[in-house]
This record gives sequence, C-alpha cells and structure tokens, in this order.
Amino acid sequence: MHRGKGMKFVGDSRVPAERKPNIPKDYSEYPGKTEAFWPNFLLREWMVGAVFLIGILVLSVAHPAPLETIADPTETGYIPLPDWYFLFLYQLLKYEFAAGPYTVMGAVVIPGVAFGALLLAPFLDGGTERRAYKRPIASGLMILGVISIIFLTWESVDQHDWEAAAQQGAIEDEVEVDESAEGYEIYQTQDSCIGCHGGDMQGGAAGPNIFQSDYDTDEVIDIIQNGIGEMPADQFDGSDEELETMAAFIANDGQDPDNGDGGNDNGEDNADENNGENAEENAEEDETEENDEE
Amino acid sequence: MLQKVYDWVDERLDITPLWRDIADHEVPEHVNPAHHFSAFVYCFGGMTFFVVVIQILSGMFLTMYYVPDIIHAYESVYYLQNEVTHGMIVRGMHHWGASLVIVMMFLHTLRVFFTGSYKKPRELNWVVGVLLFFVILALGFTGYLLPWDMKAYFATVVGLEIAEAAPFVGEFARILMAGGDIIGAQTLARFFAIHVFFLPGALLGLLGAHFFMIRKQGISGPL
Repeated sequence: MHRGKGMKFVGDSRVPAERKPNIPKDYSEYPGKTEAFWPNFLLREWMVGAVFLIGILVLSVAHPAPLETIADPTETGYIPLPDWYFLFLYQLLKYEFAAGPYTVMGAVVIPGVAFGALLLAPFLDGGTERRAYKRPIASGLMILGVISIIFLTWESVDQHDWEAAAQQGAIEDEVEVDESAEGYEIYQTQDSCIGCHGGDMQGGAAGPNIFQSDYDTDEVIDIIQNGIGEMPADQFDGSDEELETMAAFIANDGQDPDNGDGGNDNGEDNADENNGENAEENAEEDETEENDEE
Repeated sequence: MLQKVYDWVDERLDITPLWRDIADHEVPEHVNPAHHFSAFVYCFGGMTFFVVVIQILSGMFLTMYYVPDIIHAYESVYYLQNEVTHGMIVRGMHHWGASLVIVMMFLHTLRVFFTGSYKKPRELNWVVGVLLFFVILALGFTGYLLPWDMKAYFATVVGLEIAEAAPFVGEFARILMAGGDIIGAQTLARFFAIHVFFLPGALLGLLGAHFFMIRKQGISGPL
C-alpha cells in the first residue's frame, strides 16, 4: 500500500486521487477450473433462481394459500394442527414418555438437547477429519436425528384425522333469512325439519345448513319427500302446496321467491356477499356430498 | 452518460473497491455444478437466501393490506386473498416460500454437516447458521397466527402450551409471548411486531455476519 509522501487526495478528503483501472481479477492462476463469481457464476445462479421463482409462482397459483373461517376461541372441538415443520415436535408430545407428567421431557429436554447439540456441533465434534464416514459418531447422531424428525412427522401426518379436519373451519356464507316469507312460516311448523336443521335453518348437530347447497325447487321437494344421505324420507307434515311454497323459499336461499328469481338459483342473488370463488367452493362441496352418499 | 455519472461518484467516494470486493471472488471447481454435477448440493445456501429475499419482498407487499388487530386481521387477509389483484399470488408466494425456506435451510444444514465444513476455522459461522435456523423457525411460528383464522389460532394455542411446559420460565415465557393471560388482541399485535420487526432485524444482522464470514474465510476446500 502506498503511504506517506507523494499521496494525492481528492480535495481535502481521504479519497485517493489516483484512480485504479476497473479490471476484474484473473482466476487462471487458481487451482482447477476456478471461475469468477461475478459475472460467470452468478449468471448461472440467476438462471436456477428464475426456474425456482417460476416453480413458486406455479405452486401458489395451483394451490392457493389456505384460509379458514375467522378464529373462534369458544370452539372447543377444533383439532389443531401446527404448520408441517413443527409436526415432529407436536408428535413427540403425544408419546407417554414425553407427555402428561413428563411434558418437560418432550417440550424442553429432548428438543433442547438435540438443538443444543446442533448449535455446538463444531465443539462437540472438534477433530480435524471432515469426511462423514471417518467420524461415525457425529454422522450417526445426525442421521439418527434426521430419521427421528422424518419418522415423527410421518406419524403425525398418519395419525391426524384429515377427514375430520377437512370438515372444520370452512368458511360458511351467512344467509339472511327473510322471516316474513310464507315459506319461513311453513318451515317453523315443521318440527322434524327444525330438529336437525335448526330453527334458524342454519344447520345443527344432525343436519347441514339448508342453504349450503344450490338445489332448485323440484330437487328440494324431491329431497324432502325421498330423503337424502342420512335424512329420512316423508318428514314433511302438510299439504303439497305448502311443501312447494317452502321448497321454493329454500331454493331461493331464504328469500321470498315472489321477490326473487323464482328458485333459479345460481348463487347470484347474494353476489354482494360471495364472490365467484365461493360459489365454486360450494359447488365442490356439493360434489363431495354426493360422493358420500354413494 | 451512466459511465460519467459513475465516474463522478467514484472520483469522490471511491466506490469501486466496495463492490469489486463483493463481486470478485473465485468459485472453485469443486463447488461449481457446471464441472461436477454433484456440486449442486452447494447451491442450497444460495437458494435459501433467494427464498428469504422472496419472503421479504412478498411480506412487504402483504403489509400494505394486512391490519394487525383481531377485528380486521381476518377480513384484511380475506380481502387480500379474494379481492385484491394478484393478492392471491403474493400471499401464496409468502405461504409456500415459508415452507421452501425451511426445506432449503434443512438441506443446506445437512450439506454443511456432512461435508464437515463447520470445522476449524468455520465454527462461528456454523453457530450463526444455527441461530439463523432458530430465527426462521420463529418467523414461521409467529407468521402462522397472523391470518387469525381457526387453524392459526388453535396452532398458536398449542404452541404456547408447549412453551408453558418449560420449567421455571414457562409461565413467564407464555405470558411474554401472549401479552397476557389469554391469546387475543395483545397476542396478535405482539406476534405481528415480532414477525415484521424483531425477527427480520435479527435475520438481516445474522445473515450479514454469515456472509461476512464466508467471504472472509472462503468456501471450504474439496474433501
């Protein structure tokens, strides 16, 4: 480095006035086929990165990020599931030696020892040998750890009740029922309907929300007369005219059919609350329901 | 024109050595997949950083719509997901990116471990790397609550119960994270602050240290 006399600076600053030519280093003297990071290697890295980016984009379009209904702390039956990379820890706490009175083992001691060892690996495995097969204890413990994490994650996925989980937390459309409609009054006299679908028609323990599916008037009448799934047949108590009035009311999403579209229900009459995607989700739900019946 | 602007700045600030120091370093043959395909295992670290950059950028766009309080959080995410142009893609990238960071980081850790690259003189870089691992797991945990849907809420309930199981400090740790006795408005605000300010700050600092050390020491030699 040039020091002392003869140094020139830009003004009174500490920036040297002598400009060095902007030439990259030459790597031909390095061993092997060494190349420059910039631009040779980085250019290839960017190409891999671009492919990667497209992969993430395709993934996020093909599988949109999930969103369930808004959190309800009073819901006690919800089966919780952490994100997949915490499943191994979650699963560990289900085993007898790491649960109940021994929760400290599963929550603190075992993960603490494992991650503590990971953090201090260079000091626990202090030898100079780098090849994995020449340091069997370190490699063996690492392989054991990786296998444990994979096994615990696998077990957790295997034991999780995916069917029950799929039923919970779904976004439901709130339907405002027109309580002055004739159909609503008829519904309120039908104890067998209310028993399962509830007085507010929003579903209950035994029956789904009446407005969940997009049936037209004739299909609703058919379901009431012949039953569907677990719903028994011939539950309606009244005249055929009353049945038709009520079915039209149901098919019209709880609105008086005289004010609406007469039961030709495409889910458009509550478009201000739903968007197209929800209608699609509803359609998918219908399909799965039909599959269940088979 | 650009060259003149560059020269004008460079004359005054001598910036050439700054960026040349970052750009000029050799990539040895044994880590370059162009020469040995098996060297692709050396890409995992770079890929982790790449996804972290995606996470930071997509996260910055998410905060343009996200409202961190229990009344509006869910509604704002719902709106972002269903109404905002390309909102679904931005949220999807952040969602899938979170998983990818973990996968890439896991593979990077295994590569460094099994090539013995953490040995002298690189012990400190390994320790910083494991701390980065913890920070990213914590980012995953705090970010999971933010949509405030059923899944988010109950996963956090379980997570904080696990924290509570720690002896002596468990109760304190739980209350510190939840911001009170119940998981509610305080918890969401706290997790938001941790997810968006505290942890990214720690992440950038540790990443800086990680890169400084690898630059100073160079990539470990061939086995």
